[in-house]
Amino acid sequence: MSVNNVKSHIKVYISIFVALMVLTVLTVFVSYLELSIGYAVTIAMIVAVIKGSLVANYFMHLISEKKVIYWVLILTLVFFVILMLLPILSTLDQVSR
Amino acid sequence: MMEIPYTSKPHSETGLYNAKFGIWLFIASEVMLFGALFTAYILLRVGASEWPKGAEILNVPLATINTVVLISSSITMVMSWASLKMNEFSKYKVYMLLTFLLGVVFLVIKFFEYNAKFHHGYFPSTNMFFATYFTLTGLHGLHVIGGMIVNFYFLTIGSKMWNTDKERFTNRIEIAGLYWHFVDLVWIFLFPALYLL
Repeated sequence: MSVNNVKSHIKVYISIFVALMVLTVLTVFVSYLELSIGYAVTIAMIVAVIKGSLVANYFMHLISEKKVIYWVLILTLVFFVILMLLPILSTLDQVSR
Repeated sequence: MMEIPYTSKPHSETGLYNAKFGIWLFIASEVMLFGALFTAYILLRVGASEWPKGAEILNVPLATINTVVLISSSITMVMSWASLKMNEFSKYKVYMLLTFLLGVVFLVIKFFEYNAKFHHGYFPSTNMFFATYFTLTGLHGLHVIGGMIVNFYFLTIGSKMWNTDKERFTNRIEIAGLYWHFVDLVWIFLFPALYLL
């Protein structure tokens, strides 16, 4: 990576930083709106996912990473989703009884 | 003595130097660790007959400041790596010191937060809410401490490597950074889940 290349990266880092700050303010602001729990959870999680992907893609350079890392993370994501489905499935199971 | 292979040169199988592949595997395992606790939190919360709103008993302004502190420490961390890439070692030192200090600020704020909770008689044993709150933030706090130890090492004695192997040292900072950003990423999810919802 050349010096000029790094310099253009730094500009990106700073705009990501600003975006993260704005989203932090947004998510705190929304929490004061007294929305119903469904909407509140949805909005908070959407904002968190956006913030998380900004960190992962730009600060952790995932946007330009080698294939093997994508495969590792896709595999992780599959297991993570299964893990998250467990409480949902168990709740549905209790409701249906 | 045999040298450790692939500390700077990419491995032909992965296209990466080994430590980078290693840290990503470690981060993958960390995703599952925090993920398991997060599902436990969801399950306990959904199953509870009553669950307090985080904002009513936790200190949202302090946690918001801590969010800003951690995000700021992420940018100083990435800047310390970028400084090395541009061959500016003195700037690296400044940014790495800032990253470390922001870690200290995060822990001090966390200390005051915990202290206030203990003062009000809120402990992990108080109820399910506080049990999950202390477990999740406690584990995250330990990760912050771990990252700070590594950062402190690279700020002090570990930085000697810059004189002997610039590329390898720069890679080490990238690795430390990947871990540090991950700790920031975890907080990005913990903050709304515990404090705002």
